[in-house]
Amino acid sequence: MIALENAAYNYGGGELLSDISLRLAPGSFHFLTGPSGAGKTTFLKLCYADLQPTSGRVTIFDRDVRTLTRDDVALTRRRIGVVHQDCQFLDHLPLAANVMLPLTVAGKMGDAQDVSDLLGWVGLSQLADARPPSLSGGERQRAALARAIITGPDVILADEPTGNLDWEMSLRLLTLLVELNRMGKTILIATHDLNLIRQAKAQVAARVLRIRNRRIQLAGADL
Amino acid sequence: MTRGSFDNPLKADLHADRVVPPTGFTARLTVFTSLAMTFLAVFALALSMAAGRLAERWSDSLQGTATIRISAPQDQIDTQVAAVLALLTVTPGIASARALEDQEQRDLLAPWFGPDLPVDALPLPRLIEIKEDSAGYDAEGLRQRLTAEAPGAVLDDHTRWRRPLAVAASRLRLLGVTSIILITCAMGAMITLAANAALAANLQVIRVLRLVGAKDTYIVRAFVRRFTLRAFSGAIAGALLGMGGVALLPGVDEAGGFLTGLGFQGLGWLFPLLLPVLAGIVAFAATRFAAFRTLKGLP
Repeated sequence: MIALENAAYNYGGGELLSDISLRLAPGSFHFLTGPSGAGKTTFLKLCYADLQPTSGRVTIFDRDVRTLTRDDVALTRRRIGVVHQDCQFLDHLPLAANVMLPLTVAGKMGDAQDVSDLLGWVGLSQLADARPPSLSGGERQRAALARAIITGPDVILADEPTGNLDWEMSLRLLTLLVELNRMGKTILIATHDLNLIRQAKAQVAARVLRIRNRRIQLAGADL
Repeated sequence: MTRGSFDNPLKADLHADRVVPPTGFTARLTVFTSLAMTFLAVFALALSMAAGRLAERWSDSLQGTATIRISAPQDQIDTQVAAVLALLTVTPGIASARALEDQEQRDLLAPWFGPDLPVDALPLPRLIEIKEDSAGYDAEGLRQRLTAEAPGAVLDDHTRWRRPLAVAASRLRLLGVTSIILITCAMGAMITLAANAALAANLQVIRVLRLVGAKDTYIVRAFVRRFTLRAFSGAIAGALLGMGGVALLPGVDEAGGFLTGLGFQGLGWLFPLLLPVLAGIVAFAATRFAAFRTLKGLP
């Protein structure tokens, strides 16, 4: 699915990530953890071609990101659902239209019933006509997850998806992600919430990666 | 990026339209700019077309005619007139030639000396009007023969009158065309600025669209279609207002000369209707250029 080989990223003020090698296998579940500023978001951006490695190689669906045209990047992102901590929406459109946006830009007509079902699955049925600015943090996170999966992507990347949520809502979101993984989706979640990771490990065979000193390590049992 | 693909800006894509927030000052700026510029362009077009008509009128009225002026002592003038007329009848390229009557000369001078000018008492030259045929005559050869046959005869082929008038009219037309080109460029620049402002104001929208897999052409189409339609609608209003203004100008009047002929005639009224199409094309190109340039800077 997504592979990094000796990948590094340099923002200009020194390397943030160095010598990263990792392969996300189909159907795998990974957590990525590390302190703030360690490079978790940068790592995710490398995984959906928002950034290109300054050295090394990143391949997404067996294609080197350096060889992707802008159209190729767009097509690749239709196979990757991304959930950001600061979920951004088109504020002038109702929630249902925002959730359908990946279908809209792909020129596909979304089935209203499917959208309704999806909103029900993330617990937002009553807010289909609401505008994004009126949603709470938790509602925005769940809406972002619904938007990320509406096209049935192969991979779901989530950057601090529970950052704005209380514990109950965090567990609910985690349950949704675990369900998606059981459907065969590849999941990578960047988080510093160790309790969430422990909770997830009780439900699914998740690997935990840690960024330390610019490099990726497989975390042990010392969570 | 399939920049080579040429999207139809008027192709209805309601979904693409909806992804861009509908209002903003850039919308009003685009409509106002295209309205004002097209209004000005209508007057420049009217100027250009009037100058063209004027050039043709002056050219037509003077082309193909010439005058021979005969100044000679009173006792020789009739002889020289007869000699010149005889010469002209055998000169190739001359369709007709006739000496102006006293009354015609009096009418020519009346604007300066009044209607009671005693033509007989004044040593005025005699004038012979020449009309050339389609083949034309050899002016230089005729001058040489006139010198031999009638020393007091001078050929005036109107070139010195016609040329500056034609040059002036041609420059007026050029001025009008230049004005239209400048107005078009200014409109393009202003719409580019408006499009850039709209793109900058909607960077978050563009980022979200890219994140969910929108191709550049999809995003560009949403902006291009909106700006093209705004410019087109503003230009239609500007063209209609301009045509109304031109229609209110005084009609063609000999006494008014050029200024009263500054309008459209016949099918010429259809030409201003091409300006909104031009405005739409300019807006399409300007917005497309601005949008692709903005997108190029985004991941």
